[in-house]
Amino acid sequence: MKRHLISTGDLTRDDALLILDTAEELARVSQRSIKKLPTLRGRTVVNLFFEDSTRTRISFEAAAKRLSADVINFSAKGSSVSKGESLKDTALTLEAMGADAVVIRHSASGAPHRLATWVRGSVVNAGDGTHEHPTQALLDAFSIRRRLGRLEGLKIAVVGDVLHSRVARSNVLLLHTLGAEVTLVAPPTLLPVAVGTWPCQISYDLDAVLPKSDVVMMLRVQLERMNAAYFPSAREYSRRYGLDRDRFARLHDDAIVMHPGPMNRGMEISAEVADSPRSTIVEQVANGVTVRMAVLYLLLGGSEPAIGGAE
Amino acid sequence: MSDARNQARAVLEGPDIHRALTRIAHEILERTRGAESVVLLGIPTRGATLAHRIAGRIAQFEGIKVPVGAIDVTMYRDDLRLRPARPLGRTELPPDGVDGRTVVLVDDVLYSGRTVRAALDALNDVGRPRAVQLATLVDRGHRELPIRADYVGKNLPTSKSEKVKVFLEETDGRDAVVLIKEDDR
Repeated sequence: MKRHLISTGDLTRDDALLILDTAEELARVSQRSIKKLPTLRGRTVVNLFFEDSTRTRISFEAAAKRLSADVINFSAKGSSVSKGESLKDTALTLEAMGADAVVIRHSASGAPHRLATWVRGSVVNAGDGTHEHPTQALLDAFSIRRRLGRLEGLKIAVVGDVLHSRVARSNVLLLHTLGAEVTLVAPPTLLPVAVGTWPCQISYDLDAVLPKSDVVMMLRVQLERMNAAYFPSAREYSRRYGLDRDRFARLHDDAIVMHPGPMNRGMEISAEVADSPRSTIVEQVANGVTVRMAVLYLLLGGSEPAIGGAE
Repeated sequence: MSDARNQARAVLEGPDIHRALTRIAHEILERTRGAESVVLLGIPTRGATLAHRIAGRIAQFEGIKVPVGAIDVTMYRDDLRLRPARPLGRTELPPDGVDGRTVVLVDDVLYSGRTVRAALDALNDVGRPRAVQLATLVDRGHRELPIRADYVGKNLPTSKSEKVKVFLEETDGRDAVVLIKEDDR
């Protein structure tokens, strides 16, 4: 039985819809004055973060707490990891403490997959290297469905640094499963080599893609990679691939703009676009907690996980 | 209606269900002095349907619009860990909530009482009713908790090996309560 969430590619259409439908019901709970549910009482969720990510960690923490699980935060800084402990030893320690689920963020692609072979509990990938970030894709899909009412047949443009983006890969796989048509838009230097095998279209021309898109998802330009010469200058990138007011005007009236955060205002997205009512950026954060609650409930709430099917 | 392994027998047909709900509606009116500050909350999915039907009858008899809603109890169940996590039902509370009101919980079948126990917990998280009452279409006995119904459509003596299935027009295309006797497995 599959009891982990490592990649959105492991989710069937039914799994993905079950997560979104569950999140839809849980969203109502977050509107009440008592936001807590007793469902995961007595279960322990460990947040194992080898990379800094305040928003993802807080989101998972809030989700687990709203389901009454006990949460242990473990960050690599100031822990035994900085003293040289291996991932495996860390995993075995957590195992001995009785973790029912481990939420892991790691700079190495594949770390959650390895971890899953060492622990008895469920492993939830909270971002591994340039590989995947499944809960981000799920919350994006959830945000799109809430705004536009459906996913089937939507045209979705994912724009920016696809090469280093785990969000892009998870989104392409998930949105394809859910029946949307994804187009990746990026300079050739920022597309991975094997992108031809992904279930999506590729374009180098943002202006051509925009008028046909129902959703434009901007990826963060990872400033730490700026000096690696993937593009000539920040200004040139911004002019060719940034979403500014003029480009925004070319979208059709119902189209929405998304960004997984944190944003570089003025770089990949202009402040005006980010703050427009057609931007879902703030909703995405709120929806993140709800979707992560749904994932934790479906993985830990029953005798066995309700998603993932047989391995 | 019966297949090779199971014997199914309809114990209530459409008109019986109709009469039972009419009686429950009258009893609620009587017991709550004209459904004063009553809120009907059904337990999804069929309890919610029944709650709407009872509210419809109360409106018909006395011209009072009783607030109706649904309260999902899945996250509060005590048997969650015995089965894979299941899909959630919808909780829909009336706009004025339940604070200070008499909540009548509505379910289709009352059996162990565990669903009602979960519903009481769920209710606790959405407000503080003045009183809580319970209406059920079928009471099939075998209680495992100290819970009883205030309004019962039909008391149905069953054995634990039997199953009671409620069909309703809105969800199943017909009205019937069926007793399914499972042969030795």
